[in-house]
Amino acid sequence: MFTEALWILAAGWLAFSFLKNREKTKNALGFSWKLFRGMALPVLLTVWAIGLLLAFLTPQVIARTIGPESGAWGVLAAAVLGSVVLIPAFIAFPLAGAILNQGASISAVAAFVTTLVMVGILTAPLEAKFFGWRFTLWRNGLSFVFALAIAFMMGRIL
Amino acid sequence: MPGVLLGLVIGTFILFVLDRGKGISAMLMAKRYLVEMLFILPPILVLLGLFESWVPKTWVEKAMGPGSGARGAAVSVLVGTAAMGPLYAAFPVGLALLKKGASVFNLCVFLCAWASIKIPMILFEVKFLGAEFAILRLALTIPSIIIISGLLKTFRMNITGIQRS
Repeated sequence: MFTEALWILAAGWLAFSFLKNREKTKNALGFSWKLFRGMALPVLLTVWAIGLLLAFLTPQVIARTIGPESGAWGVLAAAVLGSVVLIPAFIAFPLAGAILNQGASISAVAAFVTTLVMVGILTAPLEAKFFGWRFTLWRNGLSFVFALAIAFMMGRIL
Repeated sequence: MPGVLLGLVIGTFILFVLDRGKGISAMLMAKRYLVEMLFILPPILVLLGLFESWVPKTWVEKAMGPGSGARGAAVSVLVGTAAMGPLYAAFPVGLALLKKGASVFNLCVFLCAWASIKIPMILFEVKFLGAEFAILRLALTIPSIIIISGLLKTFRMNITGIQRS
């Protein structure tokens, strides 16, 4: 539904722009095209890599890594796993819920969920293409550290 | 980039030789992500082009620029939260904001908010992990985002991406 709204908004604004000012519209589409050319190949490679990776990191493997028998290293393993995989919320949260119900620690599940959304190793090359490696490494690195902190605090509070 | 491509081709080939079923499922997974992307990226890119040529630089500078303070951070969180879609869709949006004068601090707030604060995502989290878990995590995430962005700002992170070209 959100995607449809985006298409309608883009089409509406584009039509308005075209009627109002041809020159500006041409520049606008030129900018869009430049962005697209910059992203197309890296995005394609990222998607490919995600497909390959997820063939190995199945929900069963994730559950085993984060699960109750994972021990003290479980939280760190969960954070690393969350940084590497890229799965949509409607799969990630039911999976995390199931792992929690199996007896995994609050900290491990919190670490997994937090790095899953905030840290992206697979998308880092693309992020670096836009904002440079320095920014990308610091943003992801700090997010990883803070995800661990959030996880430990949640383990203590809940 | 060619190295990555070669690695992926070889990796895929090996996967197919070792386990055909896994190879097929990997390709199907990649296809699903590709389709998702093809649906969401074109309108975003067109909107960004229009944003680039129609929205005055002074607006963004005032709302999200270096001197925008706490209000700028709030605007960045709202812009990041209101949108939907995977994180890679946020990169071109962030670039467009940056080009219009948004500060690095607010860019980071925007990216992190886009990644981690989404209403439908929070609803999923409440349903499967419980309201207590979801609300506590959210309450810890928001200050974390502000601190991370503040640290990036203190390190004087100069941006060196395709924004130059």
